[in-house]
Amino acid sequence: MTITPDSPPSRFNRFMDSDLMFSFLSSKLTVVSAIITLIFFVAAIFAPLVAPHRPFDPATIDLLDAFTPPVWAEYGDARFLLGTDDQGRDVLSTIIYGCRISLLVGFAAVGLSLLIGVGVGLLSGFYGGWLDTVFMRLADVQLTVPAILTALVIDGIADLFVPPSMRETLSIVVLILAIGLSDWPRYARVARSSTMVERNKEYVMAARVIGVGSFRIILRHILPNILGPILVMATIGLAIAITTEATLSFLGVGVPPTTPSLGTLIRIGNSFLFSGEWWITIFPSLALVLLVLAVNLLSDWLRDALNPKLR
Amino acid sequence: MKLRSTTAFAAARVLAVAATCLSVTTMSAAAENVLRWAAQGDALTMDPMSASEAPTIAASRKIYDSLVYPDKDVKFVAGLATSWEPIGPTTWEFNLRQGVKFHDGSDFTAEDVKFSIERAKSETSDYQGYIESVTGVTIVDPMTVHIETSGPNPILPNQLATIFIMSKAWSEANDVTQPQDRSAGEETFAVRNAMGTGPYKLALREPGIRTVLEKNPDWWGAGEYPHELDRIEFTPISNPATRVAALLSGEIDFLLDPPTQDLARIENTPGLQVKQVAQVRTIFLGMNQGVDKLLTANVDENPFKDIRVRQAIYHAIDVNAIQRKVMRGFAIPAGVVTSPAVHGYSEELDERLAYDPEKARTLLAEAGYPDGFSIQLDCPNDRYINDEAICQAAVAMLAKVGIDVSLSAISKTLHFPKIHNRETDFYMLGWGVPTLDSHFAFSYLYKSADEGWNGTGWVDPEVDAMTDAIEVEIDLAKRDQMIADLWKNVDDNVNYVPIHHKVIVWAMSDKFDMPMSADNDPRFRYLTYR
Repeated sequence: MTITPDSPPSRFNRFMDSDLMFSFLSSKLTVVSAIITLIFFVAAIFAPLVAPHRPFDPATIDLLDAFTPPVWAEYGDARFLLGTDDQGRDVLSTIIYGCRISLLVGFAAVGLSLLIGVGVGLLSGFYGGWLDTVFMRLADVQLTVPAILTALVIDGIADLFVPPSMRETLSIVVLILAIGLSDWPRYARVARSSTMVERNKEYVMAARVIGVGSFRIILRHILPNILGPILVMATIGLAIAITTEATLSFLGVGVPPTTPSLGTLIRIGNSFLFSGEWWITIFPSLALVLLVLAVNLLSDWLRDALNPKLR
Repeated sequence: MKLRSTTAFAAARVLAVAATCLSVTTMSAAAENVLRWAAQGDALTMDPMSASEAPTIAASRKIYDSLVYPDKDVKFVAGLATSWEPIGPTTWEFNLRQGVKFHDGSDFTAEDVKFSIERAKSETSDYQGYIESVTGVTIVDPMTVHIETSGPNPILPNQLATIFIMSKAWSEANDVTQPQDRSAGEETFAVRNAMGTGPYKLALREPGIRTVLEKNPDWWGAGEYPHELDRIEFTPISNPATRVAALLSGEIDFLLDPPTQDLARIENTPGLQVKQVAQVRTIFLGMNQGVDKLLTANVDENPFKDIRVRQAIYHAIDVNAIQRKVMRGFAIPAGVVTSPAVHGYSEELDERLAYDPEKARTLLAEAGYPDGFSIQLDCPNDRYINDEAICQAAVAMLAKVGIDVSLSAISKTLHFPKIHNRETDFYMLGWGVPTLDSHFAFSYLYKSADEGWNGTGWVDPEVDAMTDAIEVEIDLAKRDQMIADLWKNVDDNVNYVPIHHKVIVWAMSDKFDMPMSADNDPRFRYLTYR
């Protein structure tokens, strides 16, 4: 196979031939974690098609199936691969649907943090002065409070103002706000320091000289150049957001049991740990560990691959 | 300067540590028999006339005395009254106990009795249903009262067993002559403080966190009951696994409501024991039939007004599955909303409508809901054993006949006001009968009322009239017949869907023994160390 000069390689070929792809394919661990992450994403997105049962449609649940152990254990049932919970719901299906909520909350929370953090960081880094001081002191204050505590406070405040009848519908929104608002300073700091480096580079000077407006410079010229480190942070942030969500739901302030996330499932199953029905809590826990670990390994690799000093 | 402040700090720390050690030793010397216990939820209030709810009554009974005391077998024995007898068709005479003192040292007299009974009859009291027939209290002398009733009332002493006697002087001094109005969210001095004559004094009250009682050494019953405990510390723990862990680790000595799934493990743990007895409490679902349009239903008219819809819900619920899977056998399926121990109960009354989802669907179609309807079920999540799990199971069973139920499981402190204020369409409630007489169930669950525990909104003048007639009927044979007739009448109406009679299970340390009572009120006065 030869590449003739008159047919330039396609975008796909160029991507497959890139340094990034090479470093990706040369690390088995990374490939495995990427596959695991992909499986989780696909399963979560296509949950209704993938899951063997519809665990949150009450009409399909039979209480008499409750506490069925996993299929390989004694008294297991072929219909329920990982057994059933206290209401007779298939544990595998609840995990798949639970991942959906966990990932939704994770992505939305990271998105919110990114929006606030990168916005604040760009403005502080570009303009400096009193704006920078105010924003960064705010971020310092926020950083002194543990994220989980901020999230708990926001959740508590929301509980005061949201009428009880709306709580169930709004709980996911509250959770996203709580996690998103507690995690933005990390992004703000990285965005700010990168912006401060970029704003004195020649291309920014050149853009200024030809009269490009400040906002356009920030968005079109600086932002694309600082995205690398921020994306690395965002992948780590996704794992952190998923864990925070699970923690909050485990504490009972997160999503309600009717639309459980992985954390809620672990909390529900926790009541049956003493009585020997281990599968109700162990499998959601394993799923959580696997998901967070895979995402973390991916972000580790991404950090190294994008770091010019390690090339 | 820096050095000096460090030294001062170190010195302060040493002092603090020493003080802690000292206080620990003095405390353990003073309080030898400390019982630490836990349950799912806390008492709603310390005001003994504000909330007629079993854990609240049980808490009041530790601090307050009543004229008549339900003993460990729920037999009515002398409390603050030593003897009582009817002296006329509508008058009872009560002779009060001599030399009883309140926790602040003041004397207990007939004034306090008159005050407390009148307080229990006042507008904001939740205990009016116990003593509806009482029309007046007359003080004959400081140790004798006459209680007049609107008609002859043979069960007045039973009813008075749940009317707690407060100090009149204390109530007046602290502006709590009226019971706390819980539906209005009122907060009064009596909510966190108490002044009774009972076996224990309220030492610390942090609602939802901790309640500490200390022995009243001058209690009149000290010679009659073992009364061995010096200090009782109660902590509500809502998470079932945490509750069991607390018991297994020895953090608590007594668990009122162990989760059913963990009983086998607790029983096999050395040093712990599990005891059980049938409870006077029935769990059921109530349906609001009193309004024209429901709050959460997706249909314009109120489907619960149609008896066929109520029967359909009854037929759709598989209580045997709930009994086996959710309760793990620790419950008795019920066909009526009152328990076997209650006077007026009969086995044919307790027959359930069969589990028959096919019939339920037919009944719904006949009533005009071939595709069902949607509604919200309100449920407590910290009151009855597995309350939320029972509701979840009911939701799944109702979905199978086409009724789309969304579940709202919340703390009892929010759930019960919803029933009281008619803010729920479909709800779970459990009902115990402290007087052990059917009249209590009729007057609270069937007699029509604009607010209170009868959340069905059902109005039937005949039921109201019969309930009042039963209270004053003195001919016992005739009264029994009236009770049987009324039960037949209301049971055929399916105002409620009964689920099961509760079985009480207690888990506790085997260092002591305490008799179990059918009302699930731990009677600490009987507790004896081995």
